[in-house]
Amino acid sequence: MADLTPAEVRSLVADILTELSGAGMPTPSAPPPRIPTPSAPTPSVPTPSVPTPAGAGTPAAAPTAAAAQALMAGASPRPQTGPTPRVEVADPTADRHTLGVLDPANPTGLTNLAASTGARIGVGRAGSRPRTWSMLLFHADHAVTQDAIFGTVPQSVLDEFGLFAVQTQVANRDEYLLRPDLGRLLSEEAKATLDQRCAKRPNVQIVVGDGLSAAAVTNNLGKIYPVLDSGLKAAGLTVGTPFFVTFARVGVMNDVNAVIGADVVVLLIGERPGLGVADALSVYSGWRPGPGKTDAHRDVVCMITENGGTNPMEAGAFVVEHVRAVVAAQASGIDLRLLQAGER
Amino acid sequence: MTDGILAATLFGHRYEFRDIKDLLAKANEEKSGDRLAGIAAESAAERMAAKFVLAEVTLETLRANPAVPYDEDEVTRVIDDAVNEAAYGQIKGWAVGELREWLLADTTTNEMIRQAAGGMTAEMVAAVTKLMSNLDLMLAASKIRNVKHCNNTIGLAGTLGSRCQPNHQTDSVEGIRAAVYEGLSFGSGDSVIGINPSDDSVGSVSRLLEMTHEVITRWEIPTQNCVLAHVSTQMEAMRHGAPLGLVFQSLSGSQKGCESFGINVGMLDEAYALAKRYAVATGPNYMYFETGQGAELSADAHHGADQLVMEARCYGLAKRYDPFQVNTVVGFIGPEYLYDSTQIARAGLEDHFMGKLTGLSMGCDVCYTNHARSTQNENENLAVLLGAAGVNFIMGIPMGDDSMLSYQSTSYHDAPSLRALLRMRPLPEFEAWMEGLGLMRDGRLTDRAGDASFFLAR
Repeated sequence: MADLTPAEVRSLVADILTELSGAGMPTPSAPPPRIPTPSAPTPSVPTPSVPTPAGAGTPAAAPTAAAAQALMAGASPRPQTGPTPRVEVADPTADRHTLGVLDPANPTGLTNLAASTGARIGVGRAGSRPRTWSMLLFHADHAVTQDAIFGTVPQSVLDEFGLFAVQTQVANRDEYLLRPDLGRLLSEEAKATLDQRCAKRPNVQIVVGDGLSAAAVTNNLGKIYPVLDSGLKAAGLTVGTPFFVTFARVGVMNDVNAVIGADVVVLLIGERPGLGVADALSVYSGWRPGPGKTDAHRDVVCMITENGGTNPMEAGAFVVEHVRAVVAAQASGIDLRLLQAGER
Repeated sequence: MTDGILAATLFGHRYEFRDIKDLLAKANEEKSGDRLAGIAAESAAERMAAKFVLAEVTLETLRANPAVPYDEDEVTRVIDDAVNEAAYGQIKGWAVGELREWLLADTTTNEMIRQAAGGMTAEMVAAVTKLMSNLDLMLAASKIRNVKHCNNTIGLAGTLGSRCQPNHQTDSVEGIRAAVYEGLSFGSGDSVIGINPSDDSVGSVSRLLEMTHEVITRWEIPTQNCVLAHVSTQMEAMRHGAPLGLVFQSLSGSQKGCESFGINVGMLDEAYALAKRYAVATGPNYMYFETGQGAELSADAHHGADQLVMEARCYGLAKRYDPFQVNTVVGFIGPEYLYDSTQIARAGLEDHFMGKLTGLSMGCDVCYTNHARSTQNENENLAVLLGAAGVNFIMGIPMGDDSMLSYQSTSYHDAPSLRALLRMRPLPEFEAWMEGLGLMRDGRLTDRAGDASFFLAR
């Protein structure tokens, strides 16, 4: 630039002004700019399902932009829409071992390395950035966790099992995240409702809470609840009136039992979603929960999900057996373990 | 402050503050953790009134009013005993507002800041941070270069390191080795190859130290290894001959908080002495610490002080051990302490600046959990801000997804991207090594990079 004469600069400015006015736009007959595709077409990794780059066909927005250009240039209008391409994406979460390195030094070795860990390796790169497929998969895994945390359990799910809903002292989802202490306390209204509607002093009280994953309750309740309910009754235990607690933390068990007076409280509650596993349920149980009782007095079965965790029906059966042991020992948590250790 | 007064009138309304601790808490930028603790300003205007008052408070007053009294807390003693009295004598009459302007002045150099910082306590560092905007924090931090050496050199101007964090859910040696190869192939691992173990036993920790040391030796990598177990486990592993480059520990800003981590100053002193004797490293910097705002409150060890003050005290404690590197794990703690990406970003910039001002080789685990209001996009934003502010290192994790700790951080891809964007390089010895293998040219990845199977060749 420094070598330009004033005349050349004026000429350049004139050109730019012409182009900005629209007269210098590319003619409609000029070919549309080529969409660059990643440098190598198909990875040579011997994995069958390496996806082709998304949108390898004409991007949907391109015809519209071209039409706008044509109109600005005063040329005859072009069709407003092109033919819709056929794009049918198979669930990318079905096979997570897809490798993205374009030309690995040791293809078999890379496959073996990737198989040795759940970490997202062998993903390759686009420049220094992740490849499209692995980037989208990561964001999809985060998206499903957000839907789980910031979603709600549908009324139909509660109706199916005859659960009525009460609320903790938390007013909304934001406060739930900010004030864990309030999620452990029932509202006065909730206490009155429980007092009015629930059977008192049962052997077992089942409580369902949303916790940090509505999806955990929505996806698993239908499988685990019938096993739990019928299993406990078959074991000769009385089961109290079940209900749902909105904005619940685990510690709400203590407050619940101040009203109910059960021997054992069983709380089914959504876990904080991990990336890609958004519907894991936990079952907490404890012998006579009350003020001052902590996790040390409770037992938990966690990671209950059909997506790579404990099967909900099996978990239900396990919890039934566990509750029988708690009732027999009249203890839970660390107290139960100490008793069991003493017996050995 | 028995007969003093701390008050300001703002928009016709008078605000009064009980004591220095109350003033510092209310002058803090909004953090959900300070609200949870019940010590935050009750309105945005009250926060500003507190800042106006704080701007007039002298550094001498701040030294006289630590968050926890000298006689009651060994962290306070460590920090106060380390004050360089000559430097302190020169700055003690400054008001906090003056300190801010001095730090930002074009005529104030790295050397001048480092000299004056010798006279500062954590409460002074935290106080000036509360008066600084995000860009202030970035600009002031970017002036300060704290260069350290273990087996390579971290903190030089124009460099950005990346900790290779190859965690595995069950500490599988082969799974972790695979993730180390992936990281190295992206140029991650120049700050450290550092594993968070899920099993804290001496046997398991030693196995991981041996594997990483073997990789470092076989490939002649100018870096250091570390397994981020409890310090007592690493001490035991060192005594049994495990090859360790850096000794790690999480720190807290009060004695009570340190006790909740199972540590005290005596134990850290002993670990430091052991590292000097046994670490497989040239030194002279052998230590690695992690911190993060909110940890003290979660252990009920904050003594009524805000989370920024307590964080600054962690850095004051870290300084005693002249560490190779320190990082805040900024968004790991969850939304009840740092609610969203705005608060996480603010905390990341604050922590980086405070660490640098304290004289530390400061990095950041730029991260968030799934129940915080943040996304990977916002995480990348903070990484760029910190890169521009001259952060010494960030994390490298496969696609930013830590499969063991269940949180999201920066990817193996991100350090190379920031280096390209901000015209920075890896640590110099490591870059030369990458270049020698043909994985990097002129500080940029070559076609052979980003392929873990490259490291199956030896």
